[in-house]
Amino acid sequence: MSTENYSAAGEVSQVRTRRTWLHRMWIGLRKAPLTAWFGMIIILGYLICMLFAPWIAPHGEAQVFAIPYAEWSETHRLGTDQLGRDIFSRLIFGARNTVGIALLTTLLSFFIGGGLGLIAAINRSWLDQIISRVVDVLLAIPSLIFALMLLAAVETTTPTWSIIKLIIIIAVLDSTRVFRLTRAVALNVVVMDYVEAARLRGEKLGWIMRREILPNIMPPLVAEFGLRFSFVFLTIAALSFLGLGIQPPTADWGTMVRELSTFVNYLNFDLRLGLLAFIPGGAIALLTVAVNFVVDWFLHQTSGLRDEH
Amino acid sequence: MSTKSDLLLDMRNIEIEGFSDERWHPIIKGVDLSLNRGEILGLIGESGAGKSTLGLAAMGFARPGCRITGGQIMFDGRDLRSLKEPEKRKLWGSRIAYVAQSAAASFNPAHRLIDQTIEANLIKGLKPAKEARDDAIELYRALQLPDPEKIGFRYPHQVSGGQLQRVMTAMAMATRPDLIIFDEPTTALDVTTQVEVLLAMRNIVEQFHTAAIYITHDLAVVAQMADRIKVLRYGEQVEEAETRRMLSDPQEAYTKSLWSVRSIQKEESTSDDYVLELEGIDAAYSRSLKVLKDVNIKVPRGRTVAVVGESGSGKSTTARVITGLLPPSTGSVRFNGQPLPAALKDRNLDQLREIQMIYQMADTAMNPRQTVAEIIGRPLEFYHNMTGRKKEARLSELLKMIELDDSFADRLPSELSGGQKQRICIARALAAEPDLIICDEVTSALDQIVQEGILNLLLNLQKEFGISYIFITHDIATVKAISDEIVIMFQGEVVEQGLKSEILSPPHPDYTQLLLSSVPEMDPDWLDNLVADR
Repeated sequence: MSTENYSAAGEVSQVRTRRTWLHRMWIGLRKAPLTAWFGMIIILGYLICMLFAPWIAPHGEAQVFAIPYAEWSETHRLGTDQLGRDIFSRLIFGARNTVGIALLTTLLSFFIGGGLGLIAAINRSWLDQIISRVVDVLLAIPSLIFALMLLAAVETTTPTWSIIKLIIIIAVLDSTRVFRLTRAVALNVVVMDYVEAARLRGEKLGWIMRREILPNIMPPLVAEFGLRFSFVFLTIAALSFLGLGIQPPTADWGTMVRELSTFVNYLNFDLRLGLLAFIPGGAIALLTVAVNFVVDWFLHQTSGLRDEH
Repeated sequence: MSTKSDLLLDMRNIEIEGFSDERWHPIIKGVDLSLNRGEILGLIGESGAGKSTLGLAAMGFARPGCRITGGQIMFDGRDLRSLKEPEKRKLWGSRIAYVAQSAAASFNPAHRLIDQTIEANLIKGLKPAKEARDDAIELYRALQLPDPEKIGFRYPHQVSGGQLQRVMTAMAMATRPDLIIFDEPTTALDVTTQVEVLLAMRNIVEQFHTAAIYITHDLAVVAQMADRIKVLRYGEQVEEAETRRMLSDPQEAYTKSLWSVRSIQKEESTSDDYVLELEGIDAAYSRSLKVLKDVNIKVPRGRTVAVVGESGSGKSTTARVITGLLPPSTGSVRFNGQPLPAALKDRNLDQLREIQMIYQMADTAMNPRQTVAEIIGRPLEFYHNMTGRKKEARLSELLKMIELDDSFADRLPSELSGGQKQRICIARALAAEPDLIICDEVTSALDQIVQEGILNLLLNLQKEFGISYIFITHDIATVKAISDEIVIMFQGEVVEQGLKSEILSPPHPDYTQLLLSSVPEMDPDWLDNLVADR
């Protein structure tokens, strides 16, 4: 009879080799293209600057020296600015402030947008309608102008509060895009039988969000995190350039571009001085490019459209 | 039907490997396949046997992540393995065609059917558009599609699944290929539709004297279609013979096991103690879309009620009403004699625990990111507050019940076979210690032998724990094997309801008759006889 030589445990199934998390990552990295490696090395460099700024930088962030507009020299690698602060040191501290604040903002915007997106996807009723329409309205207003408006409207007294204000406003505005994406990808998972099974079991919303859906939508969210980080980073730099972002004496690249851009007028007389503004500007551009390289590779990895072997 | 001399396809010692887990694994281990002009070869085996891979290799094609590493593929005197990609592409779609399992997923929803049907002719420059269109209409007629003049001008979503599968066959036939590869073309269809599609496909292949490779896991279907049958297992050939000889006199033990008609027979019994009673249930998805009309179903304790019907008959909706996902507009649900709150959110933990569900596609019923231990462990901690040692002990007990062992605990769903996945789903339901389990087409995606194992398991569990089942299915053989009572549904209404023996013996109402007669049988003359009867 048919069941004689049949055993459930003996059915053919493919068990993957048990590998450590590190080993799996190494396998992935080995196949990464040059652009991704380039991106990762750049990001690593920025991270080191961020974390060890006080030790790397030769001078203090807001330390003022006697001579403004100093020449490039041993003590001041890139000279000093209009107040006599060391530009090289401010560049390194700028990594900490600009990148750190952008990172915090992006995290917050993912927390808000991702959370609401998941709730909307699971709920699919009036709540989804309300959140989605509010998001539509927010998206309809050009975000930089809206941010300018809100930043000007809300009064703050101390520098700390002004940074918190900046983070919250940008995060909320940016979370609308995260909401859209999260809701869209979560909708594909919500219809799966295992989510229905969890619902039938009587699981609470939080469990379904965290345990059933979130792990299955991580890849697009991680990729989006990289991209959103780039945009937030650019927005903050732009706001600082306009004077509404991070306030001096805190060093940040957007403000530095604005301050150093006045030297562009001297381009005919002193090339080094005239091009100074391009250094913080280049730092902004380089990080954006690097993050995009890594995100591209990551998306390619997880999209499941890999033909080559 | 076939002329022996005229060899069309000759594959020798084919070896194919697939890439996974950072290594190349053999999928096909040296299989020969030959096919004459106008001949139909049935390729049969369990999932993972390599039948689709072999079928595609007949086109000289390997799926992404696969590679053909050895052997020779001679198609009409040309060696496909040595042909360059552009030359192969010239053959594909014109002289070799492929019909996929899911027609719905294979059509472009944005184009009319007829434009897609004649596309190959236009791209290859074989026929002018006007001529190709007229020809397509002829093909629609030959395939017995309703209104052949106009159906081509509809979009894919405007025709039924069976019709779509026939249009796809027309698309494959449009260039009059020498060889068509059918990859499980009727698996996704209802039995009543399947008959029409099978008949249409067989007629047209005969009419144009086209050779075909018919890939399926359904023996009864292949018996109707094929001249010869080849059985594959683990990437190797088990046996090959003429259909009639293969059916009457299989040589290998494995083939015999496939051929033995399902051996499970349940003695029907009934009881007056009802675990679940549905009374006068009406349900609708929106105000206009009424899906259930006055449904009354009673489930005796410790017995199995099979709910039978084709897709759209309301059987899955009935399950949604019972589980509380779709509160009915009128009518009541009583569970263990007590009224059950209509909506899921009004039910308490015990009420939730007592009704469990097992799904058709075990793949989507388990979170791909959770291990077996997490999947089965969750109901244990959720309903029974088990943790630590106690939970582990119970987990290993449950794994034993479903005939697996502790080594499976840390596997992910993707590391399980189809049958093992379904067993894990059963264990998850059992972990709750329910009174009633709703089984929604739980065996229809599985191979014959595996199905039998699962059904036996369910029957044993019923004997041991007195669980009641509602078994939703469209497969009559399954119904015969497992049920005590049968409910036949059609368009949201219960057509017939009663003990298995009563329902399955004549006289039948019209619909029951149609349903029962559409179930393919092993007899190779079944389809011809059916046509003669109707």
